[in-house]
Amino acid sequence: MAGTAVLGRLTWHVANVVDFVTETPRVKTIAFDVPGWPGHRAGQHVDIRLTAEDGYQAQRSYSIASTPDGTRVELTVERLDDGEVSPYLTDELRRGDQIELRGPVGGYFVWEPSQAGPLLLVAGGSGVAPLMAMIRLRAAAGSDAETRLLLSSRGWEDVIYRDELEQLGGDGLTVVHTLTRSQPVGWTGYARRVDAEMLAEVGPGPTASPRVYVCGPTPFVEAVSEALVPLGHDPRAIKTERFGPTGG
Amino acid sequence: MDALMLDGNAVAGLLREVFSVEMTTAIGACGNCGANEEVGAMRVFRGAGIVLRCPHCDNALVKIVRDGTRAWIDLRGVSTLEVAL
Repeated sequence: MAGTAVLGRLTWHVANVVDFVTETPRVKTIAFDVPGWPGHRAGQHVDIRLTAEDGYQAQRSYSIASTPDGTRVELTVERLDDGEVSPYLTDELRRGDQIELRGPVGGYFVWEPSQAGPLLLVAGGSGVAPLMAMIRLRAAAGSDAETRLLLSSRGWEDVIYRDELEQLGGDGLTVVHTLTRSQPVGWTGYARRVDAEMLAEVGPGPTASPRVYVCGPTPFVEAVSEALVPLGHDPRAIKTERFGPTGG
Repeated sequence: MDALMLDGNAVAGLLREVFSVEMTTAIGACGNCGANEEVGAMRVFRGAGIVLRCPHCDNALVKIVRDGTRAWIDLRGVSTLEVAL
């Protein structure tokens, strides 16, 4: 996709559900096989469309969590209790089911291993999904770009991709957790919302000119970006992806 | 802060549908304050349609309303829209 300006019409694909991974009590990763999938870049998303028997349609956007891998596309979905789409995706969908999906879309919030410079990735909850695509691509491409992930979760059991992040750590990747609501006994890490002091400690600082990607609920992204700029980070190096209450 | 606010990136699908090219990396010049920003960095508000606002001065840059088969696009807030070909 990179470098191709003419994309043509955006069409809906039929996506076949092939696998599920339970990430946390509220979050599942759903793997789809999408015949005709053109490939994607780390950070892009898809639109999903569900159609009820009476013709009513609901559409949502989800970030792609997986690295480009043929026709396989993985989405990590947080169940919102009052959501219209996410409870269906996490609770009702079964292997072999089909849904409609279009994409990949979005060339703004993307990262390529060829881009120079360190990375500062800041995620709130399931906002880690597109950043995970970057982290996975970084590992798959053998990139040693200095990368810090600051991941804010409610509790230890709510940390998405916890084991994989632990395995991927090292080789220039540092993962820092903050647990905002509950902490395991003996927890010595951060236990508050992301703030300027935390961002300064996690680094890389503005002198290293990191590319900064922030993804999470709108208030989270707002707070993080408002803290980053006074620290001296170039506003143009900060890319944000907010998901609002309509994300359900 | 408006909790309903999203980034231009969030409506990448709709923009692709309307313009048939990748629009989140297109650069819009604000017709009010003159700032140049990538569409992905603009602020998005959703209601009956969507409004893309300037992150610097809040000017309504682009408004799009769609139904099942048509879209109405109001570009009065941008002085130019620079698109990669």
